[in-house]
Amino acid sequence: MSAAKTEASASGNGWVGLVPVALAASLFVWFLSFVPQIGAGEVVRLSWDWVPSLGIALSFLFDGLSLTFALLISGIGTLVLLYSNTYLAGHPQYARFALFLTSFMLAMLGLVLADNLIAIFVFWELTTITSYLLIGFGHETYKGRRSALQALFVTGAGALAMLAGFILLGFSMGSFELSEILAQGDALKAHAMYLPILILILAGTFTKSAQFPFHFWLPNAMAAPTPVSAFLHSATMVKGGVYLMARLHPGMAGTDVWFWTLTVAGAFTAVFASFLALRQTDLKQALAYTTLMALGTLTLFLGQTSAYAMTAFAAFLIVHSLYKAGLFLVVGCIDHGTGTREADILGGLARAMPVTAAAAALSALSMAGVPPFLGFIGKELKYAGALEVQAMETVVVGALVLANALMLAVAAVVAYRPFWRPAGGAMPHTPHEAPWPMLAGPVILAVLGAFFGLFPGVLQWALVDPTVAALTGGDLHAKELKLWAGVNMPLILSAVTVALGLAIYAGHRSLRAALIRATDAGPNFDRGWDRFLEGLKALAAWQTRVLQSGQLRSYIFTVFATVLVGLGGTILARGVWQGFPDLSGVTWMNVALMALILIGAIMAAITRSRITAIASLGASGIGVAMIFIAFGAPDVAITQLLVETLVVVLVAYALLRLPQLDRPGERDWRPWDAVLALGVGAVVTVTLLAVLATPFDRRLTTYFETASWPEAFGRNIVNVILVDFRALDTFGEIAVVVIAALSAYALLRTTTDKAAKPATQKDKAS
Amino acid sequence: MNSIILLAGTRALSGLLLLFSLYMLLRGHNEPGGGFIGGLIGSTGFVLYAIACGAEDARRALRVPPQNIAMAGLGIALLAGLASVVFGDPLFTGQWLFIGGTKEEGGLPFSSILVFDIGVYLVVFGSVLTLVFAMEEEI
Repeated sequence: MSAAKTEASASGNGWVGLVPVALAASLFVWFLSFVPQIGAGEVVRLSWDWVPSLGIALSFLFDGLSLTFALLISGIGTLVLLYSNTYLAGHPQYARFALFLTSFMLAMLGLVLADNLIAIFVFWELTTITSYLLIGFGHETYKGRRSALQALFVTGAGALAMLAGFILLGFSMGSFELSEILAQGDALKAHAMYLPILILILAGTFTKSAQFPFHFWLPNAMAAPTPVSAFLHSATMVKGGVYLMARLHPGMAGTDVWFWTLTVAGAFTAVFASFLALRQTDLKQALAYTTLMALGTLTLFLGQTSAYAMTAFAAFLIVHSLYKAGLFLVVGCIDHGTGTREADILGGLARAMPVTAAAAALSALSMAGVPPFLGFIGKELKYAGALEVQAMETVVVGALVLANALMLAVAAVVAYRPFWRPAGGAMPHTPHEAPWPMLAGPVILAVLGAFFGLFPGVLQWALVDPTVAALTGGDLHAKELKLWAGVNMPLILSAVTVALGLAIYAGHRSLRAALIRATDAGPNFDRGWDRFLEGLKALAAWQTRVLQSGQLRSYIFTVFATVLVGLGGTILARGVWQGFPDLSGVTWMNVALMALILIGAIMAAITRSRITAIASLGASGIGVAMIFIAFGAPDVAITQLLVETLVVVLVAYALLRLPQLDRPGERDWRPWDAVLALGVGAVVTVTLLAVLATPFDRRLTTYFETASWPEAFGRNIVNVILVDFRALDTFGEIAVVVIAALSAYALLRTTTDKAAKPATQKDKAS
Repeated sequence: MNSIILLAGTRALSGLLLLFSLYMLLRGHNEPGGGFIGGLIGSTGFVLYAIACGAEDARRALRVPPQNIAMAGLGIALLAGLASVVFGDPLFTGQWLFIGGTKEEGGLPFSSILVFDIGVYLVVFGSVLTLVFAMEEEI
């Protein structure tokens, strides 16, 4: 792959590489065309019936929130696809990669635009599956496979909880359409099911957005190729959870439990992740942890309801996507140009990679929150929002200042040291600049960060105002995005942040050593995950050993014991016993048949010879057939007789030729079997008597009796039902018969033609 | 199995069973019988043959692989069901034709129902033999 990478050129992978770029770009332009409408405060809704009987529609909603996400996804998607086409130029599986990435993008777009809970869930799971494939793109390595599976399990488990929450939500509110549910937010908040719904849905969003304690999968997901990390872990997949919380915000926010859960989880994740970010020496890992910090911050603001907090959310969402995607792509350029991502080795790249260095600097300044970049505005709004938090403002503000200072230090580690400081060791390649398709993304994103910083009004009108309107259900107006708001508390906090951040950067090496010691001593969630999986596998192995003994007789024993306990318990609990039935109508003929059946059954049970057992069972079956004759059902009787005959032949074929595996009495203890058999027999008898005691509804019988001859020209009602009235059912049944025969044939014919000739000759001889 | 008595008996019985199975199939609409019972009886004839002479001989006597018979039966039943669509009725509606007069005049009835029943017969016949031959050969 490294050979392919060094040969990378603008030519990429031909049309396979260019078609997805064109698709993403045209989607971006299409979404852009909605901006004037949405900016003017409209909401566009498109809907198609999907499963109308279940109230599931394929409906899409374009409002500020979904449009912001859609633009970020398709815009960054375009740049990432263009970038990958060169980054993975000549990769033998590029077509697969492009397919995965494009599918992921479409699933993500579906998720943020869907207006129906079930549709959201389907798209949500599609993003889970496609991201599994993307993270596991390097499936030749153990690490790649493990990371992909971990991400799949963690987010998949959360998604199942979320589905349960969605179903509860849908039934509680009487609709699966989000717009209808959110319109009755007060009813939802007062609903008895509010808390269970909230817990289940947050389980989904917290796992997806990697909130503590589910954060561990995200840094591992960096096993994916860098463009994937840039796409999945900046603007999209991990923000899926954030999106859903934002989407539900107007309907569910404002309660104490919402506020405390999101605020505490968000603030803790933000600070915790910032420290871990500084601990990393791999640039990509460091960025992964700063993404966790950003997700924590976004969650924190979604816990609030004030206009400042909402504006801060909207602004920081956009800022973060721009600079984080840009920096991930820059790290990819560094990796591509030098062959390493280790912070301690890299240095002095500004001369060899001037464009990358410039893009990195612009993005990092935005990340650090320095004026005049958009990041600065985002940070000011964050502080303003934090100062208005309902409770614990000091803690929240303190957490944000600390997290932002650490961000600044990480930004310096990622974008300053590798370019402007002397190298710490020998790099695998001589550094060289990346080709233009790989520079386009970082440069465009970095310039946008600066542009929106200088002209925030554009962003305000196009995206921030409509997003805040969507977040609050139109109740609140967004605060103004501006570079200079006078000397106020946020500005002072910003100054403190910058000073603190620079101090941390100055001492970041010793701080890192201390952090490594501290985190090594503390609990390791990643290893905990491994232990959890091992425990799960051990549990599965144990229950398989217990339940799947591989012995037919123990399976049958379990099945009948279950019938005995389940049915018998129900009979005792419900008291269905009707007393002994009236036996006056029983003839000697009936008694004789009963005796035949009983003798056959007893013989089969006590004999030690297989042939006797088979023949006895046959006798029992013939007794049953004769009962049918005695009660006037010749068709059933004939069928029963024939089936009995064939079963005897088939069982004889199988049983008589199988070797004797156990000596009699070795593993089985027959008295115990007898108890079970008698018990099941008694329970079934009582059940049948209870069934017969209820009056029989003869309407169907009467209909068939009267309609058989005039409508179907047949006097044999059984056959007329089979081939005329219920012919479609019969067709289904004979299809099952054919399938069963063919499956059995395939199972039996494992030795193909080998047995067909010589073996039968031998059998005949014996 | 080498039994002269069984072998001699089979000669007569197999053919009789096959003939009887056709009788049961055709009378099924008005008397006890029908495709399912007919198919079972017919297959018994060949099962007997397989017990007496071995599955290889039975296969040779049958000429066509039993699984093909079963599949053909399924196809015939499906066509019989589809026939009603041609006449504008819902799927699997019986279509009747009375040859040489109306029903009241005692015309010979012929129907898609009978074709469907023949399909059922072939499915049961072929499936049972598929199973029995495979059991006989493999175990």
